[in-house]
Amino acid sequence: MKLVVVSAGLSVPSSTRLLADRLAAATAGRSAAEAEVDVEVVELRDLAVEIAHNFTNGFPGRKLAAALAAVTAADGLIVVTPVFSASYSGLFKSFFDVIDPDALAGKPVLIAATGGSARHSLVLEHALRPLFSYLRAVVVPTAVYAASEDWGAEGLPERIERAAAELATLMTGLSTPATPVDAKRAGQAGQAKKDAFTVVPFAEQLAALAAR
Amino acid sequence: MQFGIFSVGDVTPDPTTGRTPTERERIKAMVAIAQKAEEVGLDVFATGEHHNPPFVPSSPTTMLGYIAARTEKLVLSTSTTLITTNDPVKIAEDFAMLQHLADGRVDLMMGRGNTGPVYPWFGQDIRQGINLAIENYALLRRLWREDVVDWEGKFRTALQGFTSTPRPLDDVPPFVWHGSIRSPEIAEQAAFYGDGFFHNNIFWPADHTRQMVELYRERYAHYGHGTPEQAIVGLGGQVFMRKNSQDAVREFRPYFDNAPVYGHGPSLEDFTEQTPLTVGTPEQVIEKTLKFREYAGDYQRQLFLLDHAGLPLKTVLEQLDLLGEEVVPVLRKEFAVGRPAEVPDAPTHESLLKAARAAQEGVNVA
Repeated sequence: MKLVVVSAGLSVPSSTRLLADRLAAATAGRSAAEAEVDVEVVELRDLAVEIAHNFTNGFPGRKLAAALAAVTAADGLIVVTPVFSASYSGLFKSFFDVIDPDALAGKPVLIAATGGSARHSLVLEHALRPLFSYLRAVVVPTAVYAASEDWGAEGLPERIERAAAELATLMTGLSTPATPVDAKRAGQAGQAKKDAFTVVPFAEQLAALAAR
Repeated sequence: MQFGIFSVGDVTPDPTTGRTPTERERIKAMVAIAQKAEEVGLDVFATGEHHNPPFVPSSPTTMLGYIAARTEKLVLSTSTTLITTNDPVKIAEDFAMLQHLADGRVDLMMGRGNTGPVYPWFGQDIRQGINLAIENYALLRRLWREDVVDWEGKFRTALQGFTSTPRPLDDVPPFVWHGSIRSPEIAEQAAFYGDGFFHNNIFWPADHTRQMVELYRERYAHYGHGTPEQAIVGLGGQVFMRKNSQDAVREFRPYFDNAPVYGHGPSLEDFTEQTPLTVGTPEQVIEKTLKFREYAGDYQRQLFLLDHAGLPLKTVLEQLDLLGEEVVPVLRKEFAVGRPAEVPDAPTHESLLKAARAAQEGVNVA
């Protein structure tokens, strides 16, 4: 199973990336033994210029295209942003502005954020959760916020574990082929994604118009 | 194989002088460019269609009719004709009229348009874009092929006992291309009817163009019009040339950096690397254009975008000289090498008329 981590931290090292790595490790550790979890991290900082160019060019550059493909193909996502001006960062939002609007449909997503103080923690509920609901992702109930003070206080490890457990369960439940029929269907879905273009036969398009 | 140019018809300030041509100047420049295209031995001139500033070509058949009177051999086409927001009845009439005036030197390319407000301005709903393209084109085909049409559809008032006049020249409708950058539905539509498929091939990486063309070829064969290799494919391209590569880059850079579509975005170097844009010598243009065949297969029509982003008319005419004298003769020769005999040329009025007569004789003999 493939777990993709999208981190919008800007500094190096970054507490956003630190939280992302903790969440990824906890999720990988939770997954059933038979399902090997392959973790890939997408650092948006490295893609900032290509994301801006995607807006002006209309198509992604090579590194960004690879990142978009990884996110689209993931069985589960962990997305982490620093809080900027009472919301997700512009870079974070821009990445999800250039991805195909259907790419996240039905995908389990764990949302997380970092900030200087706990006062911004509801950004997760008021900004991130609606964004991923719009993209028709399945957002896990526990969202994880880490203020600076949390790195030296109680509670954060427990929230990380709870959120990771929820994500691991959803990833298994939503994306592991349970029966041969499901496996076949999953294979077809994967194939369709790879081909990028699916065709509705033209006669059906014509007939749909005539029927109205 | 046909070579030509396609114009967007933008009125853009020349970034090196700050001067903006008047609409009259730009319209007359488009005519001069079309005439020059014929003079230097190109085959096709295509104009865009737009209904908002800073673009001038809102009335393509008016312009093409005028150019028809001033040229002898040039095929007049569009890039594109808005099949979504134009009334298909008016398209049928306008282009049949143009066929007669131009002695058959006419084809056209259907497109959906990329300017959202044009839909409401013409009383349509952009969410129906694909459906409008499908229904309107189905009606257009009937208007050109049936003398009396009874028709009822979703988007236009019904027709009872309607005859579109004039009838197409020699009862042969103009050949139709369908242009689309990223809608598989349009590649499917072109394949279904055995029409041509054109990919603008300018703003997107080659791999994307390849996928669209492959889909069209495969579906063309599926619908029994021939082998995938026999499907009718057209590609765009964008070039700026000087004898010396560095001169080309230096001269074109301010135009690129301020161009309406991609200006203030990627660097010229990145865009040249990632898209089919070539800025350099005629030899470099030849080299890159010949590579199009590697991802699109042997194809029928190559159109270049030359006159945009505020480039002065004089410069565009110099580009046409280079294209006609140094690039296209080599491309004609090189593209012919290894081209299988069963790959057809782009249909023309003459070839379609011949095919129609042959089919009619077949019926008579039977």
